Amino acid sequence: MTTPLPGGVDCDLHPAVPHLTSLLPYMNDYWRDQVTTRGMVDLISQSYPTNSPISSRPDWRPAKGKPGSSLEDMQTQALDPFQVAYGICNPLYGVQMVFSEDMQDAFCRALNDWLVKEWLDKDARLRGSIVIPTQSVEKSVAEIERCARDKRFVQVLMLVMGDVPLGKRALWPIYAAAERLGLPIGIHAGSAYHNPPTSVGWGSYHIEDYVAQAQAFQTQLTSLIVEGVFARHPSLKMVMLESGFTWLAPFVWRLHKFWRGIRMETPWVDRAPMEIVRSNIRFSLQPVDAPPDPALLNRLVDHMQSDELILFSTDYPHWQFEGNEALPEGLSSDLVRKIMIDNPLATYGRLKEPVRA
Amino acid sequence: MNIQLRDRPEVESKVEVKIAIADCDIHPARATKTELYPFLAKRWHEHLQVYQEHPYQGMMEGPPYPKAQPNASRRDAYPPEGGPQGSSLSFMQKQHLDPNNVVLGVLNPLRTGQGLRNHDLAAAICSAINDWQIEKWTSKDSRLKGSIVVANEDGVTAAKEIRKRAGDKDYVQVLLLSRNVEPLGQRRYWPIYEAAEEAGLPIGVHAFGFGGNPITASGWPSYYIEEMVGHSQCQQTALASLVLEGVFDRHPTLKMIMVEAGFGWAPSLAWRLDKVWQRLRSEVPHVKRPPSDIIREQIWWTTQPMEDPERRDHLFDVIDWIGWDKLLFATDYPHWDFDDPSRVLPPGVSEANREAFYLGNAKKLYGIS
Repeated sequence: MTTPLPGGVDCDLHPAVPHLTSLLPYMNDYWRDQVTTRGMVDLISQSYPTNSPISSRPDWRPAKGKPGSSLEDMQTQALDPFQVAYGICNPLYGVQMVFSEDMQDAFCRALNDWLVKEWLDKDARLRGSIVIPTQSVEKSVAEIERCARDKRFVQVLMLVMGDVPLGKRALWPIYAAAERLGLPIGIHAGSAYHNPPTSVGWGSYHIEDYVAQAQAFQTQLTSLIVEGVFARHPSLKMVMLESGFTWLAPFVWRLHKFWRGIRMETPWVDRAPMEIVRSNIRFSLQPVDAPPDPALLNRLVDHMQSDELILFSTDYPHWQFEGNEALPEGLSSDLVRKIMIDNPLATYGRLKEPVRA
Repeated sequence: MNIQLRDRPEVESKVEVKIAIADCDIHPARATKTELYPFLAKRWHEHLQVYQEHPYQGMMEGPPYPKAQPNASRRDAYPPEGGPQGSSLSFMQKQHLDPNNVVLGVLNPLRTGQGLRNHDLAAAICSAINDWQIEKWTSKDSRLKGSIVVANEDGVTAAKEIRKRAGDKDYVQVLLLSRNVEPLGQRRYWPIYEAAEEAGLPIGVHAFGFGGNPITASGWPSYYIEEMVGHSQCQQTALASLVLEGVFDRHPTLKMIMVEAGFGWAPSLAWRLDKVWQRLRSEVPHVKRPPSDIIREQIWWTTQPMEDPERRDHLFDVIDWIGWDKLLFATDYPHWDFDDPSRVLPPGVSEANREAFYLGNAKKLYGIS
């Protein structure tokens, strides 16, 4: 087993909202009334069914309630054993599935306020991601600006499968706001289910939706790179969360080859795709989609041609590894230090700033 | 249309590789819109004049994303007698088959009945294309072999077409495209797999196609390059669907070829499938073997456009996982992203692997002596 270093950053933790009614105290009268009068039910996404084996490690599953819904469990199961200095909370509550931009906005605001009150205020190691109502770019920007005043929010969170490809120009004000406020954009696995969950339509099984996350990340990287997001926002970082990373090198080989062939179509892409990835894109560690063979893993890291791309994550409480084996076998101690400490601190600028200005 | 941008010396003079090769992805085209009519019932001539092809996309003419070049083809591949690139056998022989020493060429017709919303029309055009491949191509040049194209969205009719052609040695595979109305593992396509296995024919799944779904799970992107790169993600998902629906468990002797979709992604996809299958196999009890075993045993890969990392040892790492016995050389003639056989393989490959890569694997898979 590769031993974790104390003082690291866990970049992908999932605190669970117990139920939609848990957010009622954070909504105004109108939205409280909407939720109750209309008999709205809990917003659980197909991406992570509560009882699916991937949604929680068996030994992390609580006796009652949703996995990840107890701060005490998160402390004893993730924050303490890996001795992290910081843990970044990425709530996956299904607010993105809502179609009304007003409702989505109200739910996102409630979710962000809930995170502060129920989690960030209760453990000084925790940091948050701002969940935004992507149905409205204007409202998303307003929510980023509202939450960013609290320095414990260290990134903006979006799903990998939304309404439009993430590079689309209409979304750019979100990226401008994030860059201005020193917030990376975290792109997390999961779908709003506003489009079929694969690029060839609806599959039959939950397992297909989960496998397809990796392909969705690939198409989003293409979109972000070729639309020119990083030519416009060179200091913006984006973090692919729960994306896997073993697909990265072959994906970039292919994008690079086509870019060389048809770069006349997108002349603003003035750097090679791999250069853009190295300067602007990061990946959370888990899941590691490779067999447990140290020699092979080191080859895969070599294929990425950079030791700065991977950020430590447990993906708590999702089931990605056993015991305390969050770091795969065979990583050098230099690389462990980069993954656990240096890379996250270089990515999340706000972790180095005092929480109270 | 017959554009000659610059004079070129005779093509033959610059070709260095003289070893015999198989080209497992050649795209034959029609010289005129009506070239298929002799193989189509009269009612369809009239139908096509009035309603045209009615595919799962909005454009009456041409693709949704404009290609980088006319017909996505090499500008030097227009035949001297006129017509689009790839429409003349004699020019294909002169420009490609002879100088590149192609001893086996697999035809993959692309503008067929596949991806049309009218399934009767789709079946009629596919059947006509199959006749046309014999008449215009394979009967005139014994190096060329055809692909049975089928009305992909209507599995029952497609299976009939496969059985009708089974045993005819002019066809070496069944051809499907990666993008359909549903992921390829879905039940509507199962009769195709059953008929192909029964006929002993591999199924080539070529990148591209239209099924009405956005080419990303986040909607329609902006650029042609996104469609080009996106085909490999479509292929990954289509393959995952085939594996997870149990197609290979039900058809253990079925062989499939991933055509023009890359192969660099194969190891990562297989590992991801294995890992998730360990967790979620209770949902798919019909999948009996680890997905990576299925992929290694039952999937072949054409090479073009060849993965092209900065360091060749990275390429060899990927091929070592897939197996040198699973790659089939292809040029994609006459398309613009043609891979030149003299340049595609970096140095450092053993003689035996080179031979397998360029010819041996294809002969074995397609049963060509």
